[in-house]
Amino acid sequence: MGAFLETLIGGLMTGMLYSLVALGFVLIFKASGVFNFAQGAMVLFAALAMARFATWIPKFTGLESKLLANLLAFIVALLVMILVAWLVERLVLGKLVNQEGITLLMATLGISYFMDGFGQTVFGSDIYKLDIGMPKEPMFLLDKMFQGGILVNQEDLVATVIAAALVALLSAFFQYTGTGRALRAVADDHQAAQSIGIPLNRIWVIVWSVAGFVALVAGIIWGSKLGVQFSLSLVALKALPVVILGGLTSVPGAIIGGLIIGVGEKLSEVYIGPRFGGGIEIWFAYVLALIFLLVRPQGLFGEKIIDRV
Amino acid sequence: MFYRENGQFKTHYSADQQIFPIRQDRVVILALLAFAFVVVPFVASEYVFRALLIPFLILSLAALGLNILVGYCGQISLGTGGFMAVGAYAAYNFLVRIDGMPLIVAILLGGVCATVFGVLFGVPSLRIKGLYLAVATLAAQFFADWAFLRIKWLTNNSSSGSVGVGELSAFGWTIDSPAERYLFCLGFVAVFALLAKNLVRSHIGREWMAIRDMDVAAAVIGIRPVYAKLTAFAVSSFIVGVAGALWGFVYLGAWEPAAFNIDRSFQLLFMVIIGGLGSIMGSFFGAAFIVIIPILLDNVPMMIGVPLDTALASHMTFMIFGALIVFFLIAEPHGLARLWSVGKEKLRLWPFPH
Repeated sequence: MGAFLETLIGGLMTGMLYSLVALGFVLIFKASGVFNFAQGAMVLFAALAMARFATWIPKFTGLESKLLANLLAFIVALLVMILVAWLVERLVLGKLVNQEGITLLMATLGISYFMDGFGQTVFGSDIYKLDIGMPKEPMFLLDKMFQGGILVNQEDLVATVIAAALVALLSAFFQYTGTGRALRAVADDHQAAQSIGIPLNRIWVIVWSVAGFVALVAGIIWGSKLGVQFSLSLVALKALPVVILGGLTSVPGAIIGGLIIGVGEKLSEVYIGPRFGGGIEIWFAYVLALIFLLVRPQGLFGEKIIDRV
Repeated sequence: MFYRENGQFKTHYSADQQIFPIRQDRVVILALLAFAFVVVPFVASEYVFRALLIPFLILSLAALGLNILVGYCGQISLGTGGFMAVGAYAAYNFLVRIDGMPLIVAILLGGVCATVFGVLFGVPSLRIKGLYLAVATLAAQFFADWAFLRIKWLTNNSSSGSVGVGELSAFGWTIDSPAERYLFCLGFVAVFALLAKNLVRSHIGREWMAIRDMDVAAAVIGIRPVYAKLTAFAVSSFIVGVAGALWGFVYLGAWEPAAFNIDRSFQLLFMVIIGGLGSIMGSFFGAAFIVIIPILLDNVPMMIGVPLDTALASHMTFMIFGALIVFFLIAEPHGLARLWSVGKEKLRLWPFPH
């Protein structure tokens, strides 16, 4: 029982991290109908920027305080991501209005190639450590009830709290601010939104910036866990089944989907994996999402797909 | 002046229904085939065969297969690499495990196995559509990656799924030199391209296109979506599987599952989209573009005398490749095949446009 709970909690926490990446996908898809394959590259790019600026800033300014340096690096990285968002809108999406979904998807793949190359050219391609003072020691819960207790990574716990806070923040942003309302309007119907005077281009820049911000947070958390390196952009591949499981257009779907995939992945690896020679993590999430979609083609919380002739 | 069809009267049905109804098209295609079969083997250098022509031919075959699924039937697939892997490993197993198995039969049987795999992962397309399907097909990709790495039986108990084939021979002809390998691939590509060209204008091809354009409407007028979608998956993955087998046998010689990873799937999708969705010709254009660009990018800095270190060069290649793709999508969203047909239209009126 203890081992089971430990796997379960581990899965939930990994799932929360997947949700964080998935959130970026959902935000952009909701607002612009673009399936953004570059989200993974954005995570890597943001994390690289953060990691490098966190070492460059103290070097050039002689700052002593680590917290201040990290904070400054965070702000600079955020500005970089906003610049990326603006450039993407200006140079790519603005010129591909009204194209088919597949063309847009390919364009974001092109963007992701570009960002992978560009990020590593500018920031270097080694493995960088990103130390933002996350607690590293493992923690034991419920050691009265089970022998040895349940091992929980404090780092994961903090990450989960941050992810949850981010989701709450974004929901509030979407629900209660004017910009959020405009974003939802655009998501609902581009043309109608435009006709009542919502500037589509600015909305897209905003939503890509928000996705960049989410990517930055995800990048920092994943980066401090695994080190900032190229494989970070592959985390996005893990987030894809999360997105389709939860529904492409639903923010809560991204969270719940992430949790389901995280838990399913860990449990399957521990309990089913050994029978198949292990390593089934890499496809289990996809097959799970696939089987799930057979029952509900629009995902858990996606808008119902209505076919009209 | 030279490219116009007036004066070419069709006096019987077979003349009206032939694959290339315009005489100039027939002449050009025949000349192209003759050039590829007879002239190229004598003039091209070994490097050109190995680095350009053979990968170009095999990848255009794979792109052709994918184009049938994506361009003609409208089902987006990101699992093409997985289908190729199934074709390659299945053909390998047939060749190694069965004594006296002819090479061509093994390759075609590899295609058959890929067909089964493709139809299996095509079944969800009956329920799932669009981008959801695209992501769902990644399941095929990752499953294939995993299976050939972990299940020993599938790779004839070789470690980590790396296998190799020895000497290739068909009908007593030993396929050894690059020129022979090129001719072997060219034979496959020519036959399959002709078959595909014929197939997409037939009854079944029109069903695929109806499904692509609007599946509900197609179902209303009596096209069975199950049949149309699954046949598209079957034909597509058969061709892709054969291409995979050729890629392993003829181009690589020895390979491991990473040769057919997700990057391969993306690469093929790029070819199809840059070349032109729903165009047989486009598959070839796209493959040529994607094969040539990285080679150019590798060699240009050397030629203009700015040697870069390898890491930087590979990052630059990534960057330029990404930028070029975006540029092409913006400049011509319908692909190179569209440029080709615009050119043909212009040529019709040349030199006296309206």
